[in-house]
Amino acid sequence: MNSEILGIVVLFILTVVLAIPFGRYCVKVFKNEKTWLDFLAPVENFVFKVCRINPNQPMDWKENLKASLTLNLIFFVWAFVILITQAWHPFWNPDGIGNMEPTTAFNTAVSFMTNTNLQHYSGETGATYLTQLLVFCFLQFVSAATGIAAMASIFKAIVQRQASDLGNFYQLFLKSCTRILLPLSIVIALFLVLRGMPSTFEGAAQVVTLEGDTVNVARGPVAPMVTIKQVGTNGGGYFGPNSTHPFENPDYITNFAENFAIIIIPIALIFAFGFYIGKPKVGYAFFAAMTVVFLAFVFITVHFESQGNTELAKMGIDNSLGAMEGKEVRIGSAASAFWGVSTTSTSNGSVNSMHDSQTPLSGGVYILDMMINAIYGGVGVGFINFFVFVIIAVFISGLMVGRTPELFGKKIEAKEVKIAALVAILHPFLILVGTAIASHVQANQADIGWLANPSYHGFSEMLYEFTSSAANNGSGFEGLGDATPFWNILCGLCMMFGRFIPIIGPLAIAGSLAAKKYVPESAGTLNVESPAFVAVLLSVIIIIAALSFFPALALGPIAEYLSM
Amino acid sequence: MSKREKKDIRLFEPALVSESIKQSFIKLSPRLMMKNPVMFCVEIGTFIMLFVSVYSFTNTDQGTPFYNIVIFLVLLVTLLFANFAEAIAEARGKAQADSLRKTREETPAKIILDNGKVSTKPSSQLKKGDVFLCETGDIIPSDGEIIEGIATVDESAITGESAPVIREAGGDKSSVTGGTKVLSDKIKVLVTTQPGESFLDKMIALVEGASRQKTPNEIALTLLLSGFTIVFLLVTVTLKPFGDYANTPVSIGALIALFVCLIPTTIGGLLSAIGIAGMDRALQANVISKSGKAVETAGDLDTILLDKTGTITIGNRKATNFYASKGIHEDTLIECATIASLADETPEGKSIVELAATKGYRHPASLGNETDFSYGLPNARIIKFSAETRTSGIDLDGRVIRKGAYDAIRKLAEKEGKHVPDEIKAAVERISSNGGTPLVVSENNNVLGAIELQDIVKPGITERFARLRKMGVKTVMVTGDNPLTAKYIAEKAGVDDFIAEAKPEDKLEYIRKEQAQGKLVAMMGDGTNDAPALAQADVGVAMNSGTQAAKEAGNMVDLDNDPTKLIEVVEIGKQLLITRGTLTTFSIANDVAKYFAIVPALFMASIPALQALNIMRLASPESAILSAVIFNAIIIPVLIPLALRGVAYKPIGASALLARNLFIYGLGGIVVPFIGIKLIDLVIAPLL
Repeated sequence: MNSEILGIVVLFILTVVLAIPFGRYCVKVFKNEKTWLDFLAPVENFVFKVCRINPNQPMDWKENLKASLTLNLIFFVWAFVILITQAWHPFWNPDGIGNMEPTTAFNTAVSFMTNTNLQHYSGETGATYLTQLLVFCFLQFVSAATGIAAMASIFKAIVQRQASDLGNFYQLFLKSCTRILLPLSIVIALFLVLRGMPSTFEGAAQVVTLEGDTVNVARGPVAPMVTIKQVGTNGGGYFGPNSTHPFENPDYITNFAENFAIIIIPIALIFAFGFYIGKPKVGYAFFAAMTVVFLAFVFITVHFESQGNTELAKMGIDNSLGAMEGKEVRIGSAASAFWGVSTTSTSNGSVNSMHDSQTPLSGGVYILDMMINAIYGGVGVGFINFFVFVIIAVFISGLMVGRTPELFGKKIEAKEVKIAALVAILHPFLILVGTAIASHVQANQADIGWLANPSYHGFSEMLYEFTSSAANNGSGFEGLGDATPFWNILCGLCMMFGRFIPIIGPLAIAGSLAAKKYVPESAGTLNVESPAFVAVLLSVIIIIAALSFFPALALGPIAEYLSM
Repeated sequence: MSKREKKDIRLFEPALVSESIKQSFIKLSPRLMMKNPVMFCVEIGTFIMLFVSVYSFTNTDQGTPFYNIVIFLVLLVTLLFANFAEAIAEARGKAQADSLRKTREETPAKIILDNGKVSTKPSSQLKKGDVFLCETGDIIPSDGEIIEGIATVDESAITGESAPVIREAGGDKSSVTGGTKVLSDKIKVLVTTQPGESFLDKMIALVEGASRQKTPNEIALTLLLSGFTIVFLLVTVTLKPFGDYANTPVSIGALIALFVCLIPTTIGGLLSAIGIAGMDRALQANVISKSGKAVETAGDLDTILLDKTGTITIGNRKATNFYASKGIHEDTLIECATIASLADETPEGKSIVELAATKGYRHPASLGNETDFSYGLPNARIIKFSAETRTSGIDLDGRVIRKGAYDAIRKLAEKEGKHVPDEIKAAVERISSNGGTPLVVSENNNVLGAIELQDIVKPGITERFARLRKMGVKTVMVTGDNPLTAKYIAEKAGVDDFIAEAKPEDKLEYIRKEQAQGKLVAMMGDGTNDAPALAQADVGVAMNSGTQAAKEAGNMVDLDNDPTKLIEVVEIGKQLLITRGTLTTFSIANDVAKYFAIVPALFMASIPALQALNIMRLASPESAILSAVIFNAIIIPVLIPLALRGVAYKPIGASALLARNLFIYGLGGIVVPFIGIKLIDLVIAPLL
């Protein structure tokens, strides 16, 4: 095994091993049990006191949802106002950056509120230090916590018996920030700073190059932003090129640490589900189902990226390091491919290489990974998306064993199936309809100038953009002129629907399940941790989430690959 | 099993088929189609293809008229096949019902008028509250309750069971069913239902599908299938602009073909047939279900309450042994026991006499004149069993013979300062702990000995309980026995729990307790005092021989009066769900092959590279699309027999069952269409 492959194997195993105790710790946080971070309680209580919130007030699913949506609306207004007025703020703008164009500001505010962090602006020229910290950095924390709080409510619903209480949103939300995201971020940020990542309020540094030119090198409070961008599966980079930029990802070690930060919480939360409901095996079974797909994707992308670009090879260019176009030499092709799968699996969206430049099938895998959006998935929401597939799989397999379908002792009936089906439809709807509109415009106005590449690859670029928005991923295939009102608004809407409907629907299901009578298990009850169920679950995911995009993928990446 | 064969209707009985074909066309009406969203979409697609076919005669951009017409026809056939599946299921139900209805043809009813006179009217004019008379040889004209008399009745017309049954006024066997025949004696019957509303009438309406309502699971499945349909609608519609971008014009025919192939038409077309067939199977087992929901619920049962007597054990207890006290000759005990039991009409009493006979003792009375209640004994006075004394027996000249429960006899003896011998005490304890019931016999309050009564567990019942356990169903035995006896029988028969010394309200209590834990409970009963429990149970099966109250309270009626029928009902319920689940899986799994047939066909012309996705190597884009829609159509009739018979249920545990069905219908669903579409392509390619 070469060292590149060994690097990603070690990374994956290390993450999984650490995710298990971390998942256990998260359960303690959700259940308000004692942890070694209890010294933070006075800080949290102070916040609750100032906001006049009783953190122990039980909330049903509707109250939870109302609190969550209201808070998010406030975040949106906060972000939008700061973005369109950032030039006028008195401090933390040493480089004199101007106000953001309104549709780009709309897109950006939605993007950060929804944990997508699609960036139609470029960080070093489009955002002041104040914006970076008070908007981007702040929203990367709270949007992640919104997702985790919603997920914790669903956890609680599963173990509730004929009750409406899904936990207090504010408490789950705040503690997700203070007990999960913040501690992990501090540890990783310190590590990254030690590896040379800048963290300063001084303006761009003037550097004289060897050739004697004077260049302005952008810098700023990079480390905190980069850390939360990874830990909270956000992906909004400090600089335009994201983690390909040497200040956002100085070397192989920081790459290792950042990739670890991308997948640790999503994986830990899957295990946490098993621990929370007192059936660790269920967490392992769900993890196994996801990992089958994850590893298959890793295998494909690592294979193609390490193999190199056959078209380039025909021109006589050395491909021995793999397909290095758009990649960083310090990171290498295997670690770039692994990062690509990690970031598209978890709706993170940060990049350490340019996905646009990768071989067609790798690009296709990234798109497919986001289409599924439940292979570990974003913090909190990944599990929620997966939960929708679980409901559908439980329904079908329940029928197959001759018993009205039940999930953890709660009957799955018409109401749950209806909501799950609606949520499952949403993703194909946003992606296919969005891409169809863009294709239509492009077909009738070829000179509109959106696409840097013609033909199949251009189609992939549009498909990628909508998929990334709907999946709240936020990475760009790039090569797409996306900072226009058309893309800003349409993608903004996709992000909003793609974010909130998959939170509202499953919360409604959770509310309904929590209120149901508990049906004890018997020999006729389906075991969700059995391999047969995992197989059904995978089939449901592949048929609903993957096969509905088969024609679109055939016209984009698959056609491109087959034409090579 | 002869009665089954009589009711078995061939799957495609020619008479039924021709009627069903007619119905298939009638059911094309959009108003009826709308109830099935998946097939309604196919109908809309068919209409569009009709217009496209006409359009293509004058224009060239939508393919040849021949190609479009063929797609139109195949879609039409798809609809007809789906309708046929439903129609044949209904027709079979109707045929079942008709065979029952034959028994209810016009029969003359002897109505007793208010003035006491008897007049004859056709049965169809009987109203609720009328009283009619039935004598030997009469066909009972309507459902009702006996208010006077006792009769033997031949119910074979309904149950297929040739042995006559006794029906009598009062008690739990007072109900008679229209269409059955009185074999002896005379009864007065009160009509309990309005004309056309008797159980059989209601059931016939249900089986014919007229009043069939969708069950909760069916509704949920329809919603899921609608969800799939919307997803595939999006997939198909967006292909048009995608094609425009890729400079590949996509014809409407191809898009509609793709859409119809992707949406779950197989399960959509068979769904209602599966539901009807489920009730039909219940009927074949001679169980009338008041709703499809009840059959479905039966598949979910967690707990079943079964009466011990007649269900778990053969009839009643039997005497198996005599234990004489020390110093008393066994013959003396046998003689006294027999004399005390001669007038005892209970099965236990009779079994004592029988046991005595096998031991060589035959009382003269049991050989001689049975109408002589003195039994040839001088000055005999029969003492009947009373709940107060808990003993029965006979008083003769100078002899007071009693038999009864140990406690009762002991009290009698102790009242006179006598004691129960130690060996009898020991015998009584031994009998009890062996699950038997001890009776003690005394003469002049001297304890002569004990009689052992034992329950005989029905052969084969243990295996049936084991099967239920594998299905995850808990069995509970209900008995009036004391806990010790009950425990012994429960263990011997292999039931999971028992209710001893049960009173009717104990059953109700137990059901409520189980339901509070979220369990679904079934019970079987026949008496009026069972009615509250039957109503409380999620599945209450009343015996057809039971009282009207019991039948009203339950949601199923068992025509065979066979208490073990619940086990079959559970399997029928499970089969119903499994058939739906497996065919849904099969239907959705088919999409994989269909994608690989149609998607390359759509784009092959302008993107030659996509030829690589044509892994079936289908001859041409046209043949690929046609092969896929033809496969999609013919798979429906191919699966009709499976939908009607139901997928077999095997009690091998949920995970193993899921793995098995996933392998057969999931993997099968992926592989079969690859083969099928390729074969069809080989046939039709030369024709195009």
